[in-house]
Amino acid sequence: MTRDQFRPPEHDNEHFLLTTVVGSYPKPKWLHRARDMWNDDENSFDDDDFEEAKDDASRLITKEHERAGLDVVVDGEMRRNEMVEYFAHRIDGCEFNGPVKVWGHNYFDKPSVVDEVEYDEEWLISEYEFTAAVADRPVKVPITGPYTLANWSFNEAYETDEELAYELAELVNEEIEGLVEAGARYIQIDEPALATTPDDHAIVGECLERITADVPDDVRLCLHVCYGDYSRIYPEILDFPVDEFDIELCNKDYEQLDVFLDPEFTKDLAVGVVDAHVGEVESVEEIESNIRKALEIVPPEQLTISPDCGLKLLPREVAYGKMENLVQAARNVEADLDAGEISAGQSQAVADD
Amino acid sequence: MTRIVSTTTGLYPLPDTAKDELSDLKGNQKEDLIGPDLDDETEAVYDGVRADLIETQADAGLDQVVEGQARWDDMLAHPLAVHEAVETRGIVRYYDNNNFYREPVVTDELTADGDVAAELEDAATQVDEGLQAVLPGPYSLADLGTDEHYGDSAEYLAAVAEFLAGEAGAFPDVETLFLLDPSLVENPPRAGYDEGEGEDAFSDAIEGEAVTDAIDTLAGAVDAEVVVYPYWGALDEKTHAHVLDADVDALGYDLVSEPDDNVYNVQEYGTTDDVALGLVDGQNTLVESPETVRERIDWFGESTPSEEYGTVYAVPNTELFYLPENKFEAKLETLANAAHLEVTA
Repeated sequence: MTRDQFRPPEHDNEHFLLTTVVGSYPKPKWLHRARDMWNDDENSFDDDDFEEAKDDASRLITKEHERAGLDVVVDGEMRRNEMVEYFAHRIDGCEFNGPVKVWGHNYFDKPSVVDEVEYDEEWLISEYEFTAAVADRPVKVPITGPYTLANWSFNEAYETDEELAYELAELVNEEIEGLVEAGARYIQIDEPALATTPDDHAIVGECLERITADVPDDVRLCLHVCYGDYSRIYPEILDFPVDEFDIELCNKDYEQLDVFLDPEFTKDLAVGVVDAHVGEVESVEEIESNIRKALEIVPPEQLTISPDCGLKLLPREVAYGKMENLVQAARNVEADLDAGEISAGQSQAVADD
Repeated sequence: MTRIVSTTTGLYPLPDTAKDELSDLKGNQKEDLIGPDLDDETEAVYDGVRADLIETQADAGLDQVVEGQARWDDMLAHPLAVHEAVETRGIVRYYDNNNFYREPVVTDELTADGDVAAELEDAATQVDEGLQAVLPGPYSLADLGTDEHYGDSAEYLAAVAEFLAGEAGAFPDVETLFLLDPSLVENPPRAGYDEGEGEDAFSDAIEGEAVTDAIDTLAGAVDAEVVVYPYWGALDEKTHAHVLDADVDALGYDLVSEPDDNVYNVQEYGTTDDVALGLVDGQNTLVESPETVRERIDWFGESTPSEEYGTVYAVPNTELFYLPENKFEAKLETLANAAHLEVTA
């Protein structure tokens, strides 16, 4: 099992519900200001200054995740501006024309692929090395998957988006090889676009085959998807070559939970137990109840506890509160499981019905 | 001789400066999105954006001018999302796109509230001729929303059509009314059909005739050319027939996403005297040349030789908010130039 390596030595409860996050986290306001100063030609704030600011933010937020008690941490993606844009800036063949709407007043600089894509500078290796060096807990690396990179770009250069996705899969593979070499043992491939075009699950599967072919067995691979109609991708995704799926279910109040009951969920499951788009911190009791719902799908040894999605759009204190309560709720449910107050086998019973 | 009229489907991207301004004024969480009441400062920004977007269309040389729908945070779901009889809930995916809107849940009786009419009133003061209104088709709007009041899908669809008709009845004088109807392709009415039933409770319960009636309700409310524009593919044959039964002046065909299936529908079943053709890709930054657009119009005409078209509305194949500002403007120019291109052949 790839998961035992993430159980902290000091973990008290017999049961272990792995707690982590999806990735992004609100940036400290001063980091936004630092970016503005760095972007301002009149200002003397230079590249070195901005690098130092990002290092400071990465250190700060990694420690903030540890303080919340998470078992596996990230640096909140302090160096990344956005989940497609960040990577496209490092890929030859992409150019930018300006922000486009995602929802409400949330925008991103959607890249246009205007020429053949090629691997240029490294994407995340130095980010991982820095975070791992400052963290006392294991570090997860979220990386945007090739299908999403292709799908959320304007494709001007390739005949089909599928062709572009496979080309990008080669680049993601190169990056993941570098991450593994640098010591990364938990890599989360973000493919939210799978939910937008669920009929393409075979393309995502083929991309994953290309990405994961040479990844050693002790590296935990996770696939994150969110905000879609999961009945259109389940159970097909169970064939994907990953250890864990991270799925948003809280935003629609577990309406789609039933989808995963039949056939039996055979992989590890990371379930969103706090809503990334609601500005109030869910109570520990409410999160405990959400975790119990997740236990209807998989037994505790397959369950990871996580927010629905990246927390970056929330006020920082709200994001922190959600993480802190999420950890507390997980520990409470572990204790209940230890005490036999929750039946650990209930998911099996449901799946066999 | 076919007349080519360059126009658009509306739902424009906000100018980049307004993106920042409105984000700062309104915030970026779901409770911050547009509601029935806006403060004066925010309204003023939107008024400025409307004027800018009208000017952009004039500069490009488009024949018809839309209001731009900059206030439509929830895209085509907007008329419901701001309505007093509607609660907005979680954010949900907008068709198969990386875009989201607040799920509008109808909890009380829908009555016209004048929201879209007010936008057009302001636009009408700035546009001398060629003003074009844009609304979601009743089927698409009902499909984007959820009914918790009427209790019966057909009744709900009819109520949405009445609501939109009331809205349209309050419009200032407009030359054309575009009804954007992607749900007719993405989630077509299925009641009484053998295929595809069981996928969605709303579409399963709606018969093709109910779509005809809903469009008629709306079309009867305005003294303007009414264009029904479905997109992201082609209508299935039955839905195509039911839309043609409605009293509309033009039906639309998305020639970017499904040219062959769309042409097939016209070849087999004929169409309206005027048509709207989706000719430039509303979701790709690659800017088509005016010549390419003209070739697509010519190809459509040559592929359907038994039809004679009075007017071809040359439009982008989708709404335009998907594009960055510079490419959006370039696409408007392409359409305008295509319509005015000297035909040398």
